[in-house]
Amino acid sequence: MTIRNVLRDHGQRYRPRMACLKKAEKVVLEMQDPATGVKLQPQRLVITTIPHAITGEDIVAWLADRFQIDAQEARSFGSMLVALGYIYPIQDHKRLVVKPDASLYRFQTPYFWPTQQWPVEDTDYAIYLAKRNIRKKGILELHEQEQYNRLHKWMNHKWDFIVMQAKEQYRAAKERKKPDRVVFDCQERAYWVVHRPPPGTVSAMDYGLERLIDPNAHEAKTPDDYERIMIFTQQSIMRPRVKSSVSIGALVKYCATYKGHDPFLSKCLPSNPWLTDDVTYWALNMPNVEIPTKMRVERWTFSFGELLSDPRGRDDFRLFLKKEFSGENLAFWEGCEDLKWGTAATMKEKAEQIYKTFLARGAPRWINIDGKTMEITVKGLKHPHRYVLDAAQTHIYMLMKKDSYGRYLKSPVFKETMKKAVCPEEHKFSDSQLEQNARNRRPSLSPIIIRQQEQEQKAKMAASAPVDITQLCRFTTPVPHLAVYSGITDPPSANASPSLPFLAHTPACPSPISVALDSTSASERRAEASEGESEGNPEARASAGGNVSKSRVALSLRRLLKRGCTPSSMFASLSPKCNSAAGTSSRIQPITPDEPSQAPPRRIGNFFQIKVDIPPECRIYPIESEDEDEENRAISRERLGTKEIICPWESLTPQNGTG
Amino acid sequence: MACQGLQKGETLESLKRESETLKKKLEEERNKLNDVELHQVAEKVEVLSALSIKTRRVLKGHGNKVLCMDWCKDKRRMVSSSQDGKVIVWDAFTLNKEHGVPLPCTWVLACAYAPLSGLDNKCSVIPLSLDKNENLAAKKKSVAMHTNYVSGCSFTNSDMQLLTSSGDGTCALWDVESGQLLQSFHGHTADVLSLDLAPSETGNTFVSGGCDMKANVWDMRSGQNIQSFESHESDINCVKYYPSGDAFASASDDATCRFYDLRADREVAVYQKDSIIFGASTCDFSLSGRLLFAGYNDYTINVWDVLKGTRATILFGHENRVSRVRVSPDGTALGSASWDSTLRVSWSFSTGSNYIFRFIKLLFWVNSRLVLEFTVAF
Repeated sequence: MTIRNVLRDHGQRYRPRMACLKKAEKVVLEMQDPATGVKLQPQRLVITTIPHAITGEDIVAWLADRFQIDAQEARSFGSMLVALGYIYPIQDHKRLVVKPDASLYRFQTPYFWPTQQWPVEDTDYAIYLAKRNIRKKGILELHEQEQYNRLHKWMNHKWDFIVMQAKEQYRAAKERKKPDRVVFDCQERAYWVVHRPPPGTVSAMDYGLERLIDPNAHEAKTPDDYERIMIFTQQSIMRPRVKSSVSIGALVKYCATYKGHDPFLSKCLPSNPWLTDDVTYWALNMPNVEIPTKMRVERWTFSFGELLSDPRGRDDFRLFLKKEFSGENLAFWEGCEDLKWGTAATMKEKAEQIYKTFLARGAPRWINIDGKTMEITVKGLKHPHRYVLDAAQTHIYMLMKKDSYGRYLKSPVFKETMKKAVCPEEHKFSDSQLEQNARNRRPSLSPIIIRQQEQEQKAKMAASAPVDITQLCRFTTPVPHLAVYSGITDPPSANASPSLPFLAHTPACPSPISVALDSTSASERRAEASEGESEGNPEARASAGGNVSKSRVALSLRRLLKRGCTPSSMFASLSPKCNSAAGTSSRIQPITPDEPSQAPPRRIGNFFQIKVDIPPECRIYPIESEDEDEENRAISRERLGTKEIICPWESLTPQNGTG
Repeated sequence: MACQGLQKGETLESLKRESETLKKKLEEERNKLNDVELHQVAEKVEVLSALSIKTRRVLKGHGNKVLCMDWCKDKRRMVSSSQDGKVIVWDAFTLNKEHGVPLPCTWVLACAYAPLSGLDNKCSVIPLSLDKNENLAAKKKSVAMHTNYVSGCSFTNSDMQLLTSSGDGTCALWDVESGQLLQSFHGHTADVLSLDLAPSETGNTFVSGGCDMKANVWDMRSGQNIQSFESHESDINCVKYYPSGDAFASASDDATCRFYDLRADREVAVYQKDSIIFGASTCDFSLSGRLLFAGYNDYTINVWDVLKGTRATILFGHENRVSRVRVSPDGTALGSASWDSTLRVSWSFSTGSNYIFRFIKLLFWVNSRLVLEFTVAF
């Protein structure tokens, strides 16, 4: 019973979490050392002489010398010893702090130290209060009276015993010599001040929530536990490690890299809002600010992760990828992130959607991953879970990191951003300006409103580009539409607002048709196709005809429709949502009115390069199950025209093909 | 004695010995690649210039111990939970209280912007709204349910998932919308007191620390414990990833903070001092990872130089235990929550008893070096 694990024994039974007490005790013993300890001297206080008293300044000086710390820290340390009841103040007995002056303190007798093997008992407290009550001078304080009454009520059954004890102790005390008696009274009082503190004061004895596990309890381990430990240790032994010099070197390097960006270590331009009450710094560093600061752009060069974690940086990178025609990589990565961290309810649909958009053969935004990863992913997708795309995602992440990121840093996109980036002047406020700033602190837009706005924006985008793909990046990016197939299908709006359509309020709505095609699944289209062929919905044309190019697209589409490969109902569902987008893009269009019809062929060539190895009949849509697979292929072969759907709206192929 | 499951010739003693030998072997294995110590590498690094960090804001309003706080992503708002059973959302910059949410339980141990958890073994998510009259508590949604108190919580990369740690010795990942348990993490043998998510974009790991004196690193996908570090001598109160994600620091009741390198798979630094004998309850890194702010039970915040292992400075100001320190998302300020700083403001005898108003301090520390420069300049 008495033998316990030495390491775990904090000398505590009732306060197992206060490991500090043992250490404090050691210090107190050192302080009491006759040779090296704090100077003790009898002190006269009013009419009584108090033996072995110490002064506050001596305590502070001794601690400062012992630990080689400054006076303030020594004071704080001393105050903790007082708060724990190792030292007690003689004059101002309720304020448990060390004053660095001549005020007097005494060491508490070890009997009253908090390091006890037994709990502080209410009975003892009741006896103490009763004793004080008996003493003529001992007028109880208000909170003590309350305590006394409460205890009297609670321990009524043994109150006689308590009063008897108190009387006995009082008589015994009277028989002692006066200095002894005074000292003992002080000690006892100090003890109760620590353990039953007056309300409203800080109690060092308060250690918060009781934790479940008692550190003193002997751990009983079962064979199973040992087995688990051994298996785990075995695994840990096998774990690959990095040489300390390498890994530590990386940590040190990280510090050095970011040192200039740490507001605690270097200047924060133009000024730290907490210091000057000027929010320019925050305004300049808004998540989606049009022109970032130099410091921010510099951070993007530190690592690929840094670039991706900054929404502004990610937009910039997206723009670059768009120009490189590899935007689908980022969109895929974002889709995967969304799947991984998204809500459980839509997880399955999301996985399917990602598969259809990025992974299936002939997918609209097909990504290039190696066969092995693809195999694993496709196999996993039979029973989708949130981490099913991890392998593919890592592959794409590494691809972007190793390949695109390097090129991005050398690209004109990045250089342009770097050139435009601002380097704010340091604020030089005078004292009166600072005061004024402090008075004029303004609340910022509530995050709730910002969130609502973001969501509205997303909803608007989702409406103007009715694609599931946009939703893939809904939670990871505030600029969802950019992730859409816009690189190929909507050059005009991209040209008009190259930096940030989100801020410029120019919804870069991709051509609705492409989008619709992208999003319609095989089964859906089958259903729609069976609805029969009509001349195209008037509504759709009305909205699409809002501008020249759009109507041209619509025309080419009608041709397509006549051939019966695309059902009209699709446009019906599209058109109402497209109104706003068409309206805005018509304003942009005139800049490059002819581009849509001329630029695409080149681009498409580029686009098709990626997918050359796909058999033509597979360019149709992802297939949910294997039996459907065959069916779909059959259908696609039937309607030969469908394979032109891939890019008919902007390429010349349809004309050539049909003509 | 529990002797079930023992193979022939095995005793608990022999098993214990065997596991000890394995552990020794692990240490040897870890030491094989230990060719240099952190402070040796850091010798070449320039010494930190003197820090002068001062309190910039004091947020008053809680009626009891502030147990936890967290920053909002907008860098100026924060949420704090208190033993008075309230959760307050502040605009720390203007000192405005924007929302106050009364909760049914008084020990709300953890809050993140915006889940809250506490002693009622639940973790709830409270959607904030602008409508002042709306009863936020009514909209509260219980997400996580543990068999014992919930000690910590954190949103994952989105607000759709919630990671919690609990006194029942487990951590769990929850789906916020449905309250569904996505993954649970078993491996601690005592209360789990803290957790932290890996900061890197690719990281699917988190670290947790608890009363079994272990800091465990977990794979969120598989629920497997990948790494475990046992060098603290008492409960681990807080764990926090190094900003690069390759290391983490822990704060413990044994009055030390330790720094573990995940790739080298070992402890690389111990932050301690003779004069610090009280337990560390919380820690956080500055933006560059050079400074480690650690809140202690002796009411102080010590700032450590992570690389050199020395103490950079010490912050005074709180009048009770520091329960939480958090550096704001852009690294411009340090917020700290403390248990108590009682202040007697007024005594009123009109009703026959005294009134004591309690104020809790949420202190803001900012490097004020630049302020000093201003005063000199003008």
